[in-house]
Amino acid sequence: MVKVFERPKSLTGKPFHYCPGCTHGIIHRLVAETIDELGIRETTIGVGPVGCSVFIFEYMNLDFQQASHGRAPAVATGVKRVHPGKTVFTYQGDGDLAAIGTAEIVHAAARGERITVIFVNNAIYGMTGGQLAPTTLVGMETTTSPVGRNQETQGSPVRVSEMLSTLDGAGYIARVSVHDPKHIIQAKKAIRKAFANQMSGVGFSLVEVLSTCPTNWGLHPIEATKWLADNLIPYYPLGEFKVPPAPAKAEREVE
Amino acid sequence: MPQVTFHEDRCKGCELCTSVCPKGIVVMAKHINSMGFHPATVVEQDKCTGCAFCARMCPDVAIEVEKEES
Amino acid sequence: MAEMLMKGNEAIGEAAVMAGCRYFFGYPITPQSELPHYMVKRLAEVGGVFLQAESETSAINMCYGAAGAGARVMTSSSSPGISLKLEGISYMAGAELPAVIVNIMRGGPGLGNIQPAQSDYFQATKGGGHGDYNLIVLAPASVQEIVDLTIDAFELADKYRNPVMILGDGVLGQMMEPVEIRELKVNIPEKPWATTGATGRKPNLINSIYIAPEPCEEHNLRLQVKFRQMARENVRYEDYRTDDAEILVVAYGTSARIAKGAIDRAREQGIRVGLVRPVSLWPFPYEHLAEVAQKVTAVLVVEMSAGQMIEDVRLALNGSKPVDFYGRLGGMLPVTSEILREIEKLAKGGRSNG
Repeated sequence: MVKVFERPKSLTGKPFHYCPGCTHGIIHRLVAETIDELGIRETTIGVGPVGCSVFIFEYMNLDFQQASHGRAPAVATGVKRVHPGKTVFTYQGDGDLAAIGTAEIVHAAARGERITVIFVNNAIYGMTGGQLAPTTLVGMETTTSPVGRNQETQGSPVRVSEMLSTLDGAGYIARVSVHDPKHIIQAKKAIRKAFANQMSGVGFSLVEVLSTCPTNWGLHPIEATKWLADNLIPYYPLGEFKVPPAPAKAEREVE
Repeated sequence: MPQVTFHEDRCKGCELCTSVCPKGIVVMAKHINSMGFHPATVVEQDKCTGCAFCARMCPDVAIEVEKEES
Repeated sequence: MAEMLMKGNEAIGEAAVMAGCRYFFGYPITPQSELPHYMVKRLAEVGGVFLQAESETSAINMCYGAAGAGARVMTSSSSPGISLKLEGISYMAGAELPAVIVNIMRGGPGLGNIQPAQSDYFQATKGGGHGDYNLIVLAPASVQEIVDLTIDAFELADKYRNPVMILGDGVLGQMMEPVEIRELKVNIPEKPWATTGATGRKPNLINSIYIAPEPCEEHNLRLQVKFRQMARENVRYEDYRTDDAEILVVAYGTSARIAKGAIDRAREQGIRVGLVRPVSLWPFPYEHLAEVAQKVTAVLVVEMSAGQMIEDVRLALNGSKPVDFYGRLGGMLPVTSEILREIEKLAKGGRSNG
């Protein structure tokens, strides 16, 4: 018998603290599988956010830095400039990246910083108790938009991938989802491309991953995956918004 | 015949795996695990094709899948 | 030993490069911008990295990453910019990261102006950011001292794994003075804790979160032991004509330079007055000041602010002597004649208007 599916070495094995059915755990695994398959666990440095995944450093079996809220792209820039030969990535939620960290992510992309960003978009603040996020859909109820996000007073959600793909410095930008196995497989391909692009020197790469938040959406985990498909995907279309001209060299070598 | 192993003490009873098994053989067990959840389990293991959909969908890396050497 | 005429801001840059700093993350703000201008050229010459960030908030976090990756790194700004960096500075203290942070102070509060000031003393020495942390804060009063203290700052930052601040002001940054540039043998300590990629070793972590209170208290207690050691080992000051002084002036940086002029003129009138110039603002020279003040009848604190260091002077004297104050605000400079007038008042047994 041969194992076809097991815990990737780049995960420490410590059980995740996430709520039952929260798909952060799937995304952690996809990143870890990618790092294993590219053989870069010992030459990768991760930068974690503030938010539900603030403890990602406990789950990842590689060098890590814990950044202040929204500043992971700046921290990652500092790391990458000191170790240009190493692989550097950030893992951030939508509050971290699209609210307080907007300037950092925009300028990291504009600079074409050779880092990879895993951007988890669950359209809400999880850790702090279900508040309105920049990505919360109009009409969506949260603890700070109790009667539904009001476009008049609270504006409309930010489509980060499209926004960043207008920047010349952005090398690879894709939006994926993890709400079912088919999409999980596609998500992993994009994550792998993002890392492979960095390894071949292509500038800034980001994968926006639509993710569920059963607790703060107030839905059963299975309903949450359906809600994501029916509500998030229409507003946040999946796909590749920026692709580097030549296919990533490392990608070809690896396959 | 493919073998699926559930690390019951990592399972939080979220039921996502039960919703994606093409053979519908992944169900929630009657007993509860150390965290007080009903863990997922496989009934009729012989119908398992080793597709690992359950394992891919699991947010807690609780499921391992093995297959014969092809 | 080469002697050169250098501008204060540029001297900081040259000293940093001499000390082995190869990474600078900054943001334009008057009156410190000559430093980034110098660093972008100088670091290119030595194969270093200069990056102008999108904000001071981002710049300090780039320093956090670079320091955590094992580099000697510096950032500089002026008053409002330092306010934006305070969260990052607190994180660096919490994660125990070495870095040199330069504040070329300007008039405040708010946008204030670009004139020299000393109104960030509290910000620099009493925390500024959140949580129990301290920074060694060194205050030069000449371009030569700028060079010497900047070099020391990098060694102290690595020795204690803690940020160190150089606190200057617009005058010191913009003025030019002869500087002796001495050959420097740099030995940057090994940093096995840095995130360089966990090749053949356990992963390293740069972090300041301790979600459970017990380990967080333990972490804080360890930091406090370090901060006390930093305080014991780094008190620096200059005594000027204090041996027979009956009146004591306490001032640092540019104010101290001006006060020396007033002291010399007062001495010509037979007034026995001297100066203690704190060079380390943290750790503040409490014991030394208390000792020198025993022999005097009055103490005059001179600052380019509404009076901040004066609180530490009072702490040092613990009520044993009257402490008077003379200060100029909003970027105005105290001039020698004004300080001399205050000294003369004290000499006549009156109190200065303060």
